[in-house]
Amino acid sequence: MTDSTTAPAASAASTQRTPSTRTAKTLAEKVWDAHLVKRGEDGAPDLIYIDLHLVHEVTSPQAFDGLRAEGRPVRRPDLTIATEDHNTPTVDIDKPIADITSRTQIETLRRNAAEFGIRLHPLGDAEQGIVHVVGPQLGLTQPGITVVCGDSHTSTHGAFGAMAFGIGTSEVEHVLATQTLPLTPFKTMAITVEGTLKPGVTAKDVILAVIAKIGTNGGQGYVLEYRGSAIRALSMEGRMTICNMSIEAGARAGMVAPDDTTFAYLKGRPHAPKGEQWDQAVAYWRTLASDDDAVFDAEVFLDADELEPFVTWGTNPGQGVTLAGAVPDPASMADPQQRASAERALEYMDLAPGTPMKDIRVDAVFMGSCTNSRIEDLRAFASIVKGRRKADGVRVMVVPGSARVRLEAEAEGLDKVFTDFGAEWRFAGCSMCLGMNPDQLAPGERCASTSNRNFEGRQGKGGRTHLVSPLVAAATAIRGTLSSPSDVASEVLV
Amino acid sequence: MEPFTTHTGVAVPLQRSAVDTDQIIPAVYLKRVTKTGFDDALFAHLRQQPDFVLNRPEYVRGSILVAGPDFGTGSSREHAVWALRDYGFRAVFSPRFGDIFRGNSGKQGLLTGVIPEPEIERVWRALAAQPGIEATVDLEAQTLALPGLAVPFEIDAYTRWRLLEGLDDIGLTLRDETRITEFEAGREAWRPTTLPIGTP
Repeated sequence: MTDSTTAPAASAASTQRTPSTRTAKTLAEKVWDAHLVKRGEDGAPDLIYIDLHLVHEVTSPQAFDGLRAEGRPVRRPDLTIATEDHNTPTVDIDKPIADITSRTQIETLRRNAAEFGIRLHPLGDAEQGIVHVVGPQLGLTQPGITVVCGDSHTSTHGAFGAMAFGIGTSEVEHVLATQTLPLTPFKTMAITVEGTLKPGVTAKDVILAVIAKIGTNGGQGYVLEYRGSAIRALSMEGRMTICNMSIEAGARAGMVAPDDTTFAYLKGRPHAPKGEQWDQAVAYWRTLASDDDAVFDAEVFLDADELEPFVTWGTNPGQGVTLAGAVPDPASMADPQQRASAERALEYMDLAPGTPMKDIRVDAVFMGSCTNSRIEDLRAFASIVKGRRKADGVRVMVVPGSARVRLEAEAEGLDKVFTDFGAEWRFAGCSMCLGMNPDQLAPGERCASTSNRNFEGRQGKGGRTHLVSPLVAAATAIRGTLSSPSDVASEVLV
Repeated sequence: MEPFTTHTGVAVPLQRSAVDTDQIIPAVYLKRVTKTGFDDALFAHLRQQPDFVLNRPEYVRGSILVAGPDFGTGSSREHAVWALRDYGFRAVFSPRFGDIFRGNSGKQGLLTGVIPEPEIERVWRALAAQPGIEATVDLEAQTLALPGLAVPFEIDAYTRWRLLEGLDDIGLTLRDETRITEFEAGREAWRPTTLPIGTP
C-alpha cells in the first residue's frame, strides 16, 4: 500500500447521492449526517461512526484473527457486545455441545471476548439470546444511533429509528479496529402503510405483502422508512418484525421514526439513559423524524385495510400470496426470469399450480427466530393454542428469542400453555431458522415457520418452508394445514 | 491484498437467477473458525445434483463465474466470498448482486462486475458453443473477453481503484484516526455504552 495513491473521481455511472445538498432531511439522512466522521471526496465513500457493534460466534472468529495478525486492539470494547446464538443448542444447554465444530466456534468467541475485553453473554446467561433480541431488550438499541452486526437481520434495530445494517466479516474486523465504516450513502424509500389492520393481520403479514409488492430486489441500495398510521399503531415488537425483513426486500436497512411507543419501550431498560440524560435524549430523539418536506428517492403505498394473512408458496420471501389464495401458475407469469424461478420453486416445494394454500399440509411448525420470537410473539401464539391440542403428526417447536424472553414467558405461564398444547418448549437461539444447530427439517419435510427465509435448504437440506405470522403458525399447528386464526376461532375447544 | 489487473481462466455459465448466499454456502459450513478451506462447501447442495455445472469436467477448473440476476442475495455471510475464492474464482458477473455480498467481495479481491441480462445471455450462448473455453477479465478496460466476443462490465469506481491497487480498508481508514478521535470527543454523554453493565 502506498500513501501516494488517491481515490478516483466518481464515475458518471455512479448511483451515489449526496444527501447534504438537501435542506429538508429524511430520518435516515439525519442519522447518517450525525455520524459523519469524514465526507468522502472524489467518489470515495463517507466514513461513518458506529455507536453499537453486536458480535456473535459465526461471523467474528476470522475478524479477531485479523486483528491479532496485525497487532490491533479493539478500539471501543465499551461499544461492543457479544452473545452466542447461531449454533447454540436449544435443549440440554447444561451439557457440553455435542457438535465439535459448533463447540469450537463458541469456545473461540469466549476466548476472543476475554482476550479483547468484550462483554459476552454466553449460553446459560440470563441475557443470552439472538443478538437482535438482546440489543433492544437491554436498552442498548436506541433512536438515532448506528448499529452493525455480522448478520443481515441487523436491520431489526431500525425499528427504534436507528440506522442498523448487516456487514461481512471483513467489516466486522474494520469496526472492531476503527469503530467506523467506509460507506456510500444509501438512497431512501418511503413505505407508507395507511389504515387499520384487520383482526388476525399482523406486522409479519404487512412485511410479507411489502416484499411481494416490491420484490426481493426492490429495496436494493435503499434504506426503507416505514411510515403511516398502520405503522404508528404497531408495538415495538411489530416494528422490529417489519424492519427485520427489510433485507428480504434487498434493502440494507429499514427504519421507523421514534415516537412515544419507542420511548415507553426504552424507559427503565438497563442501558437506557437515566434522569436528566433521559430528557436530553428524548428531546434529541424527537427531532429525528423525517421533515415534512423531505424528499424520498422512491415511494410505495399500501392500504392496511385490504391486507390479509400472508404466506409464501415459493423459495424466496417475495413468492407469497394471501392465505385465502392459491399456488400461482408459472405459465401465467409474463417475465421469463420470474416464470423460471417460480417453476423451480414449485418443483422444490412439491406444489402444483392452483392448489389452495389452505389445503397444504405441514409436518412441522417453527415458532421462533429474530423475526418473531419476542414476548409479544409468544403471547400471540399462546392466545390461539391455549387450551387446545396440536394436530396429530405435526412437530411444533417454540424457541424464545432470548433467555430473558424465556423467563418472562415462564413467569406468565406460557410454557405450560405450549407444553399442554403438545409443543416443544426450548431454550433461546436462532435454531431452525437456519439450522446451524441440530434443529433442522428432514429432506422433504414441510414447515410453517415464523422465520424470515424460505430459501432452498435453509431449514435443513431438502426442507420446505412456508413463512407465516405467529398467529398463522398457531392456527396451522392446530389444524395441520396452513390456516388463518379465523379458521380456528369458531372451533370448539377440545 | 493482491492487486487485480487482468485474469484469464475458464468461464463457467451459472444459468440460474437469485442464487442467494445460502445456496453459495449452506449454513452448516459456517462453523469453521478459519478464513480458508471453504472450497468443498461452495454450492454444496447444488453440487450433489449430477448435472450441476461445476460437476461437468470442462468447468471443474473454473475461475470466472457468469451468473443470472440477483447473485449473492440474502445472508451477510462472507464465507460465500471465501468459498468462491477458495474454489478458485477470481471474478463473478451478474446483472444484479446482493449489496452485502458485493461489498464483501471487494474486500477479498473477488471482482464483481455488472453485465446487463441480454449480454450475460450472449456470454452463456458463447460458452455453450465452446464449453470450457478461457475468458479474460480486464479490470483496467472493464471488459470480459471470450474468443470473438468482448462485453463491457460496470463496477463502481472506488472498488475498482481499490482492487487495482490491492488496498487494505483498515489501513486506509486508520489514516484518518485523528478525525475519529475528534468525532468521539464530541459524542453526547447519553449515547449507550455496553460497559459498565447497566441496571434498570
